Amino acid sequence: MTRKALRPFVLYLLMAVIGAWVLAPLVLITLATFTPQLELYRWPKAFLPSRFSGETLAFFLTTEGVLRATFMSLLVGILTIGLAMAIGAPAGYATARFSFRGKDAFRLAILLTRMFPVAILAIPLAVSFIKVGLYDTPLGVAIAHTALALPIVILITTSVFLGVPKDLEEAAITLGCTRLQAFLKIVLPLALPGLAAAAMFTFVLSWNEVFAATILTVRNRTLPALVVYLLGLSPLNFRFAGGFFMVVPALVVMFMIRRYLTHLWGITIR
Amino acid sequence: MLQQRWLPYLLLAPAILFLMLVLALPIVQAVLLSFQSPGGSFGLESFRRMVIDIHFQGAVRNTFLLTALVVPLQVTLAIAIALLVNTRLPGTATFLYVCAIPLGISDLAAGLVWLSIFSERGYLNTILHAIGLIDRPVPYLSYEHPAWLFASVVLAEVWRATAIVMVILVAGLQLIPRDYLETADVFGAGGWTKLRMVILPLLKPSIQAALIIRTILAFQVFAVVLALTGRIIPVLAGESYFWYALYRNAHVASAYAVVIMALSATLTGFYLRLLRVREEQMG
Repeated sequence: MTRKALRPFVLYLLMAVIGAWVLAPLVLITLATFTPQLELYRWPKAFLPSRFSGETLAFFLTTEGVLRATFMSLLVGILTIGLAMAIGAPAGYATARFSFRGKDAFRLAILLTRMFPVAILAIPLAVSFIKVGLYDTPLGVAIAHTALALPIVILITTSVFLGVPKDLEEAAITLGCTRLQAFLKIVLPLALPGLAAAAMFTFVLSWNEVFAATILTVRNRTLPALVVYLLGLSPLNFRFAGGFFMVVPALVVMFMIRRYLTHLWGITIR
Repeated sequence: MLQQRWLPYLLLAPAILFLMLVLALPIVQAVLLSFQSPGGSFGLESFRRMVIDIHFQGAVRNTFLLTALVVPLQVTLAIAIALLVNTRLPGTATFLYVCAIPLGISDLAAGLVWLSIFSERGYLNTILHAIGLIDRPVPYLSYEHPAWLFASVVLAEVWRATAIVMVILVAGLQLIPRDYLETADVFGAGGWTKLRMVILPLLKPSIQAALIIRTILAFQVFAVVLALTGRIIPVLAGESYFWYALYRNAHVASAYAVVIMALSATLTGFYLRLLRVREEQMG
């Protein structure tokens, strides 16, 4: 074979190796989660379980606090979507559609907010939340998650609104729509899939967030906060099932918005 | 139009207000907290307690060491992935999606995923035993094997967080005009020359942006380390967590947070000065 004919073969081989590197750990945690508990601790341990068993996952889900923490995570995620979209999407629309004084300063400020470590947010927020009664509440965690998600939501919604042709909106206004009508009837329907993707990405951010959630909760822990709390106290099978259980919803969401993933990032960077 | 002039500010107001209240204010409060003692008097007491704590030096050293090991590996791997995606061979879209999957995986979950590989009855030992390299399980994640502990954290971090670098670089690569590459072809440049002389220089702003973001995130490494090593490998963010959640001392916890922020700010300033990144490329 000539060198040129060999090239795609080598490239595909590289892709397969890197793809396997990403996927293999996910396969392994799935195997660990569905291996019967006794086989998990046996030596030598077989690579494949003798039978697929739901007992580890059932053990995880019936551990006290897990279902409640799952519910808390869902609640916090939904509240975060609501807050982040309500606050972030108008800002995204403004930066996409208008040129105004201070726009560059605003964009720079948004970028700078991503520089701050979550630790520096979470601890003073905990101190303040205790005073105002938001400590250990889903809303409190959602407020912290919104602060973390907002810069990304603004960047993503900016790119979503940039993707809706300005001409359509202007045509609607020329034809007698008010600005609000043009937005509701023309822009919003076209932007909706992108906005939905942004909302789902916000949910993943919130569902995955560990540090602020562990600091801001005591009894109403989110799922990651509970798992961190139980890390040193729980058997391995609990932790494997926990990892699996936290990964799966995030993967489902990522799969649903896969078309938007690079699109969202791609335009943001331009 | 008058409306045009105030409308954008009205739309931005909630975001600005929210970020002032929940981002800017807490940062000021964190600095104040760190310069206060639990008694309320101002001074360096909290920083003194932080520095004399047995975990402090280790936390600083480990955080730096992890950053120095993880970030270059991630950037190198991400460049490779981005270049593969950019070949636009059939199937690269799927490859891109697979590589982006870890974007949706939390640091905690990633730590637990790799725990199933590195624990004593984990899959690494299973595989090594199956191919006859070991008889008894090796306890990788124990005090006796600091190098293995480190390696497990590095692998988990490279696995989890290369995706964010990759996404920035793929987007950056797509901005390079096709004719530049075609011109290079016309002049007979080979693949390697093209990479070194055309692609990498044009990709530099994206690489720099990715470097900054990843370095800042690497200073905050927390749950991966906690899940894999407990407190055997102390790190700065982990110590901040322990001081707050375990010792109930928000002041020393804030002192650690201030150290992380100061390091992030210093490094960002350093990168910006050294590499001159245009801010609009920091998506």
